[in-house]
Amino acid sequence: MRIGVFICHCGTNISGVVDVVKLAESISHYPGVVISKENKYMCSDPGQNLIKSAVKEYNLDRIVVASCTPKLHENTFRACLEDLGLNPYMLEIANIREQCSWVHSDNPELATKKAEDLIKMAIARVRFAKELTCSKVTIERRALVIGGGVAGIQSALDIANAGYHVTLVERTPSIGGRMAQLDKTFPTLDCSACILTPKMVEANRHHLIKILTYSEVEEVSGFVGSFEVTIRMKSRSVEMKKCTGCGMCQSKCPVKVDSEFDEGLSKRRAIYMPFPQAVPNIPVIDRANCRYFLEKKCGVCKKVCPSDAIDYDQEDTILKEKFGSITIATGFDLFDHSAYGEYGYGKLKNVITSIQYERLVNSSGPTGGHIIRPSDGKEAKKVAFISCVGSRDNKMGKPYCSKVCCMYTAKHALLLKEHVPDAEAYIFYIDIRAAGKNYEEFVYRVQENYRVKYIRGRVSKIFEEGDNLIVRGFDTLSGESIEMEFDLVVLAVGVIPRKDSDSFARMLNISLDANHFVGELHPKLAPVEKNTPGIFLSGSCQYPRDIPESVAMAGAAAVKSLSLFAKEFLTSEPMISEVNTSICTGCLNCKNICPYRAINEEEIKDLDGKIRIVAKVNETICRGCGTCVASCPSQCINLKGVSNEQILAAIEAL
Amino acid sequence: MEYSYYPGCSLKSSSKDYAESVKQVSDKLGITLIELSNWACCGASVSHIPEESLSLALPALTIAEADKYSRDIVASCAACFNRLKSTHLLLGKYPEKKIETEKLIGKNLSVKINVKHFLEVLFEEVKDWDSIIIKKLKGLKVACYYGCLLTRPNDMIKDGKSEDPRMMDNLMEKLGAASIDWPFKTECCGTSFGLSKPEVVLKLSGRILRSAKKSGAECIVVACPLCHSNLDLRQSQIEKYNNLKFDLPVFYFPELAALALGIDYRNLLLDKHIVDPMPLLRRKDLI
Repeated sequence: MRIGVFICHCGTNISGVVDVVKLAESISHYPGVVISKENKYMCSDPGQNLIKSAVKEYNLDRIVVASCTPKLHENTFRACLEDLGLNPYMLEIANIREQCSWVHSDNPELATKKAEDLIKMAIARVRFAKELTCSKVTIERRALVIGGGVAGIQSALDIANAGYHVTLVERTPSIGGRMAQLDKTFPTLDCSACILTPKMVEANRHHLIKILTYSEVEEVSGFVGSFEVTIRMKSRSVEMKKCTGCGMCQSKCPVKVDSEFDEGLSKRRAIYMPFPQAVPNIPVIDRANCRYFLEKKCGVCKKVCPSDAIDYDQEDTILKEKFGSITIATGFDLFDHSAYGEYGYGKLKNVITSIQYERLVNSSGPTGGHIIRPSDGKEAKKVAFISCVGSRDNKMGKPYCSKVCCMYTAKHALLLKEHVPDAEAYIFYIDIRAAGKNYEEFVYRVQENYRVKYIRGRVSKIFEEGDNLIVRGFDTLSGESIEMEFDLVVLAVGVIPRKDSDSFARMLNISLDANHFVGELHPKLAPVEKNTPGIFLSGSCQYPRDIPESVAMAGAAAVKSLSLFAKEFLTSEPMISEVNTSICTGCLNCKNICPYRAINEEEIKDLDGKIRIVAKVNETICRGCGTCVASCPSQCINLKGVSNEQILAAIEAL
Repeated sequence: MEYSYYPGCSLKSSSKDYAESVKQVSDKLGITLIELSNWACCGASVSHIPEESLSLALPALTIAEADKYSRDIVASCAACFNRLKSTHLLLGKYPEKKIETEKLIGKNLSVKINVKHFLEVLFEEVKDWDSIIIKKLKGLKVACYYGCLLTRPNDMIKDGKSEDPRMMDNLMEKLGAASIDWPFKTECCGTSFGLSKPEVVLKLSGRILRSAKKSGAECIVVACPLCHSNLDLRQSQIEKYNNLKFDLPVFYFPELAALALGIDYRNLLLDKHIVDPMPLLRRKDLI
């Protein structure tokens, strides 16, 4: 066993505190150490060359590098060993920067002593290092995208345009998502549907994209390159192949229920398409409200359908498919303002939400674009827009900024002025957050050209007086209490995670962040990746996102899938758990505790021919976290590269 | 059921009418209210201004006294109730505050007994009003006014919705009255500014009376002595100040309960009210 130790100065980051030269000298006398050297920057080319020449000269078979955290340069030094024809895992890093010099700058002497201890421990570990190898895994070159909003559609298009199959799963009867509900988009005032529908059509026509609407992902197992996914295609009660989308059925259906797409401002039928440009252009029967399913009466839609497409007996279809990657683009829900007592617990008719206002101003919306009050149908002449309802409010458990509300509220006020030129618009705000390309200019235009009045302060109460609403608040700039009468109040309700995000995360075995959004792998450097390899994020499932951000994320997530598909095969991480089956008792503690669901049970035959159950680690899924090692009562699980004997040896060396 | 009764200063002086109605109703319903012999000032709206420890110590004295009898404390003044209950909650939640307060008052606190408002007691004790009501308050349109202290913060009376409470409304409806929906149920009446800066009360209480009147109420029902004096005692001043006419009698909720339970109105001290309630009660055939 011939060990070389290489100690880095890291400029003065380490050597400014730790006496590196003295350390290299004393370590060189340590048993088993053949050579010990120091260098100003061990990660630099000269530093690496120093390692390479020492390995050759002294015929070293393993090395210790004392430097920064292994998170930064472990791979650099592994590559160095690989170049030399050595197994890259015959390496140990002693972190004497983050864990020593940076935190003990006040005591150089003890810091040098601690650095020596850290190096001794690394030497003890490297003595027991074993050659580790990666195994190859094949890749299913097909992508699953969950969620058919603009983020999901764009991601699907980007992957498909690169030549790979994509399945786009959407829970509602049509793709389009939130963007389909919007009227205009800030700050350019493009018609939302006009820029979205071409993408919806393109996705629908794309020969590599399979769109499954009215469908939900029910179960996911497997791992990167080979996810096994169960999808439930809910029965539409309409045969998709026969239906021509003529719309006869929904015009004759006698049942009327609140339209989800119009946010309750209009009625839809029990057999319905959510909106005219729906993709696919095929209705579904909402069985919970259909008279045929409730009372076995009616059947009008079947009678009037010219192409005999109605099928009341259709059943849900379960689809099981394999995918190489999964992109989550499940979007967001909106805060329910009935939690705010001071805004009337959701009881006041003329207090509406921002998404309802989007439908009101939309020319294809329930009022044909007329901004009228729900209570009496009168045109709204004086409207208050209140921002941060369910955002930036700890009392409501929503400490974060919903990010898009400042901008859409400015847009709403502008649209009011465009639709009703003599109307007055007041915006009650805390701060105006307009950080985005041309956003600040847009807000300025709304204030200056459209004379929208911005009042800085939270609204403390909204109540009815006669037909109108009284808004009471505080103008924090003038320091005065204000009370004003309005025809209509629009609440900029906050963006919240999907209400079923907890169960969704459990199904996918992924983590959520503190606000229950789908957390990313790294907030700066891996914003569209999950900690589970092969799962990517797009759009507002991760955090409130506007359209350009969602589209950009969709592209980024697509590239992550594509770079996976571009590989010939995947290599599995070699530093993973292994089970010593000869002493495994089959208690399966490890299986239950594994956060990656990487452990399964396996039947093996003992020497005496008896069959017993033991734990088996799936090498592709295991991330080498070591949780199972700690949980094993018979200590039969070992983490390769960080084995029990290495840890004990390191402790011994102290 | 037996309770330790905390009358507070108002019910011993300016609001004897409230105290009398509480007594009449509890006697009739078999609710035993035993006045605590050593109750201390609750601290009301002033003790928290110099420092928090004082505002906890004063109610804690009463809570320690009530601990001796292991009976829940009942208060009928909204301020007394708010001080006692919030102190009780706080001491239960923060052990270090409990230790500090125990040191200050020189007594141990168990914080096991509960603090209730008389409104909650009526609500919990009587399950079936229909069988005991002698005279339904038919046709009486009431605006239930909770004031600012009875429902705030959210964990005061167990109603759930601090901005739009229903407990008193439900009680009134059970008594046969029609409680109107109005937006000023929990607005501030101006409280003790009546003495130092009366125009605050004239303005704030004026808005409450205006809103009640506009919403079609014939009278206001309250659960707090100070609300009562601001809305009743000062009503003529408020009318002058706002140049409006209200003529809205203001009842304590147990007074209306007493009438519904068949208690003779002469046993209640209704003549202590400034806005004469008799014409309304006669008109509605309730006396």
